[in-house]
Amino acid sequence: MIYRETGQFKSTYASDQQLFPIVQDRWFVIGVVAFAFVAVPFLASEYLFLAILIPFLILALAAIGLNILVGYCGQVSLGTGAFMAVGAYSAYNLAIRMPDLNLIVIFLASGAIAMAFGVLFGIPSLRIKGFYLAVATLAAQFFVDWLFARVKWFTNDSSSGSVSAPPLQVFGYGIETPAQQYLFVLAFVCVFALAARNLTRGAIGRAWMATRDMDVAAEVIGIRPMAAKLSAFAVSSFIVGVAGALWAFIRLGSWEPLAFDVNRSFQLLFMVIIGGLGSILGSFLGAAFIVILPLVLNQLPTWLGIPLSTAMISHLEIMIFGALIVFFLIVEPRGLARLWAIGKEKLRLWPFPH
Amino acid sequence: MNAATSRNLTIAFFVLLAGAAISPMVAGPAKFPQWLEVVLGGLMSGVLYSLVAIGLVLIFKASGVFNFAQGAMVLFAALSLVRLMEKMPFLAALAVTVAIMVALAFLIEFLVLRRLVNQDPIVLFMATLGVAYFLDGFGQTVWGSDIYTLQVGMPKEPKILFENTFEGGILVSMEDVVAAVLAAIMVGALAFFFQKTATGRALRAVADDHQAAQSIGIPLNRIWVIVWSVAGLVALVAGVIWGSKLGVQFSLSQVALKALPVVILGGFTSIPGAIIGGLIIGLGEKISEVYLGPMLGGGIENWFAYVLALVFLLFRPEGLFGERHIDRV
Repeated sequence: MIYRETGQFKSTYASDQQLFPIVQDRWFVIGVVAFAFVAVPFLASEYLFLAILIPFLILALAAIGLNILVGYCGQVSLGTGAFMAVGAYSAYNLAIRMPDLNLIVIFLASGAIAMAFGVLFGIPSLRIKGFYLAVATLAAQFFVDWLFARVKWFTNDSSSGSVSAPPLQVFGYGIETPAQQYLFVLAFVCVFALAARNLTRGAIGRAWMATRDMDVAAEVIGIRPMAAKLSAFAVSSFIVGVAGALWAFIRLGSWEPLAFDVNRSFQLLFMVIIGGLGSILGSFLGAAFIVILPLVLNQLPTWLGIPLSTAMISHLEIMIFGALIVFFLIVEPRGLARLWAIGKEKLRLWPFPH
Repeated sequence: MNAATSRNLTIAFFVLLAGAAISPMVAGPAKFPQWLEVVLGGLMSGVLYSLVAIGLVLIFKASGVFNFAQGAMVLFAALSLVRLMEKMPFLAALAVTVAIMVALAFLIEFLVLRRLVNQDPIVLFMATLGVAYFLDGFGQTVWGSDIYTLQVGMPKEPKILFENTFEGGILVSMEDVVAAVLAAIMVGALAFFFQKTATGRALRAVADDHQAAQSIGIPLNRIWVIVWSVAGLVALVAGVIWGSKLGVQFSLSQVALKALPVVILGGFTSIPGAIIGGLIIGLGEKISEVYLGPMLGGGIENWFAYVLALVFLLFRPEGLFGERHIDRV
């Protein structure tokens, strides 16, 4: 009834190709963003910010980056944790060695460093395909784990191997309270989500998708595979690098290379697949699912009043997590974004099914 | 790049590799026994990597699934065996564990694979990752999460060989030798099974072409159960050997990560590739660790194998013995 496009005529190309062609969608997204910026900082508790909202936003950003590579360009990467680590340690070194730099500049510059690193490890993708490439990207993962654990320069000769972010400030305003951190992260996520959405529907995004669907055919119709693949690696690792810097500076505060190990890579890949390959919305849905699920599983025995040891809870947690992953893949291999799309189709016809 | 160039580059790669491997020996004749010790140790640990890699290759060949759960299966098999041995004699425990692994294969086929037929490879890969999480959690919930020592009568004492030839002789871990022999026997048995039995022929047919195999009446579902069972048994052997070496503990499930560079270097679809790849990776890892490691600050064995495999793939994208992939529009 309410979700219907009857009467919304498109008389120009611009209106046909705009971001959200249906008016209800547009208002819904504007409403959600406005709510997130204006209302949430007053409503949410500290626990909600620190345990759910901030991790969700940062991981959603990383998932958008990974989705560009895996979902749009079809290059499976298991080295996302490494690109996050490069972003995090670049930000740390920039902040320590150039204390006068603006925080936003630091984050963008660390994204750029992660981008260079991503392009370097993306070069093999020109020769190697499929699972061979996926395993090859693990080389980046293990190399980076080693690099930041062993080469003391990157951790500023910290004796314990763990490093801490300096106090955060932007244009003279401190970012200290959870609400401020949340707003800072939210601004980044909105900008990058919009940029990613626009990139993926433009010429470059279509080149990525053609390469994903069949790279030989794409080459035949005049898409340069090198440019398409490497630009996907570049954009993806830029976003992932920024997400890594945010994760380290805002979520963790102080961290060691273990925070970005291979399990982080798998976690992000889960988000992208559960959320939906090739969908920006899916990245958000997948991140929400993966962030909230462990919290729920962890609390469930307490809510139900079943006494269990913490070791038992953590084992049951990964067990149920694994089972749910398989379950979701069976129910909807194309992810939560697909469920969302089906729901919208249904809603369009409701309450008259024909 | 045409076939001849590719072949020449591959040969060049191996000549370089062999040169790098031999170079420490040339540095001085007195170091020869030590070098030989390193080489033998590397080859032995390579055999252990091959054990896990073979399980991966078996499943990939038969069902096109990149089975990330192989490491979790190794851990699960070893855990089951070690806990069952507390209650019953070794052979009975072994029999029960074999039964458990076959049941597991059956369940995976029935609950997961059958429902994901015709999905993207990456979806199947993620599903096996889910299975890996499940098995890790399940195994530790049922069997406990301490470190258990697995006593199956492996000789623990290293032996000194060639005492007469070299001064001081060379130290060889007998445990590794037994492991290598066991692995060789298993590979022989697998080769026999694949080449000489009707089931093995059916498995090879499925590996070649799913649809053609199905059209001549080979039941795909049963083949998958068999393949996953065989992979489970391979995981059990790997679990016994690794478990008695390192103790049965959670880190066993990480051996899958050690086996991945082996598989891509050897080729995803080739069992000989898994063995030779394992030897190359084991050797390269040991030599780099001993001779290159101190220069770079140590701990390089975690990534060296991957970089070695990555560099090799640049020359030969389908690995050493992998099927050559021809793209058609």
